[in-house]
Amino acid sequence: MPNIKAHQRSYITENFLFGQGADISDEASFLARGVLDSTGVLELVLFLEETYSIRIPDDELLPDNLDSLNAIEAYVRRKLDGGVHAVALAHASP
Amino acid sequence: MPSPLPTPLREAAMPSQPLDASVLTIDCAAEAERIATRLRDVIGRQFRRRGAVVALSGGVDSSVCGALAALALGPSKVFGLLLPERETSPRGMELGRRVAEQLGIEYQTHDLTPVLEAIGCYDQRDEAIRRVFPEYRKDWKNKLVIAGGLSGQFTFFKLVVQAPDGRMFCERIPHLEYLQIVAAQNYKQRIRKTVEYYHADRLNYVVVGTPNRLEYDQGFFVKNGDGSADVKPIAHLYKTQIYAMARHLGLPEEICASRPTSDTYSLPQGQDEFFFALPCDQVDLALWAHDHRFPHAALAYALGVSGELAERIYRDIEAKRRAGAYLHTPPVLFDTCPPGVATPTLSARGSPHA
Repeated sequence: MPNIKAHQRSYITENFLFGQGADISDEASFLARGVLDSTGVLELVLFLEETYSIRIPDDELLPDNLDSLNAIEAYVRRKLDGGVHAVALAHASP
Repeated sequence: MPSPLPTPLREAAMPSQPLDASVLTIDCAAEAERIATRLRDVIGRQFRRRGAVVALSGGVDSSVCGALAALALGPSKVFGLLLPERETSPRGMELGRRVAEQLGIEYQTHDLTPVLEAIGCYDQRDEAIRRVFPEYRKDWKNKLVIAGGLSGQFTFFKLVVQAPDGRMFCERIPHLEYLQIVAAQNYKQRIRKTVEYYHADRLNYVVVGTPNRLEYDQGFFVKNGDGSADVKPIAHLYKTQIYAMARHLGLPEEICASRPTSDTYSLPQGQDEFFFALPCDQVDLALWAHDHRFPHAALAYALGVSGELAERIYRDIEAKRRAGAYLHTPPVLFDTCPPGVATPTLSARGSPHA
């Protein structure tokens, strides 16, 4: 199983923060910290789909799945495991 | 000195005022006169220009701006521009022409299609569309539609295309294609502004920007495109107030009753499909309530929506403000450089007026 969190930290640091994001904690919200806007989310989605050969459907474009390193790691692992569904819109917490 | 009490927005005390459409009621006659006085002062005394250029799209915002400029300066000091391109609604141009004639201002039509074709606007946009829909051809129509956001998802966009036989296709658009389509479409606003400034320079006039409060506040404009102007006389007015002003100014009924559109894409597209995700009267009330610190529960009651949705509307307002900050920011200087210290010189680039 790939080290998803380290890989994502590296991607987000290099791609969105010009190398200055080493202090992003695992649980920090990208939105709250201003790391991602809606364009950045689409960029991140494309990167995840291409890197892990997964398909992220519209109803899974949720902060619960993508708004922190912890969330991304858990989400990608669920997708790669295949047997467990990712959080989808109907089950999203408010 | 006591430290200020923390009063987060949604925990602020409930204001005593009721929250309904009446909060947006204005005295249109008094407001029109106030704007006219400011226009005369800004254009004449501050900028020392002789009149105003207004691009008329046939929509309510530009029509009201044209009427206010004519009220302030007199019709002979306002120059109207109709700036269609091949995807512009002919109906909009017809309404723009009617407004210019009703106001009694001089106006000119300048078809931007050849310029936009030459610069690659349509080709570059269509190339990006074909990466999503390979069968897309020149005779198809297209638009971008906002999704997510108010449903709790991240905001994203869908690309909608329509074949000549009426078949519609819709896909979530990847970010590179989204950026290229928007960048190509932005040529339209930027070329329009170039033409407006040509006439403003030629006549020694100012350019009037026509954003309403929702567009200005939420960043629904193109930087150095429709966001560029010398004066923006209705940027403080909510959309519903602008409709009221249009009626007060006696503008054609089709304009007073029109639905806001972007008039940028070849398929019909309301602003609520592309940017705001809600009808403009609801966004008006939400923005007003947000800025007057009404709890989201009060907004939910006023709009007849769930508390959860009202909270998302507030979050969407704040997210759009964060994203729009870049659009409002002038070029960043890295050291102090106060304007006005340079010696005025004749320059091929700037104005020789000293």
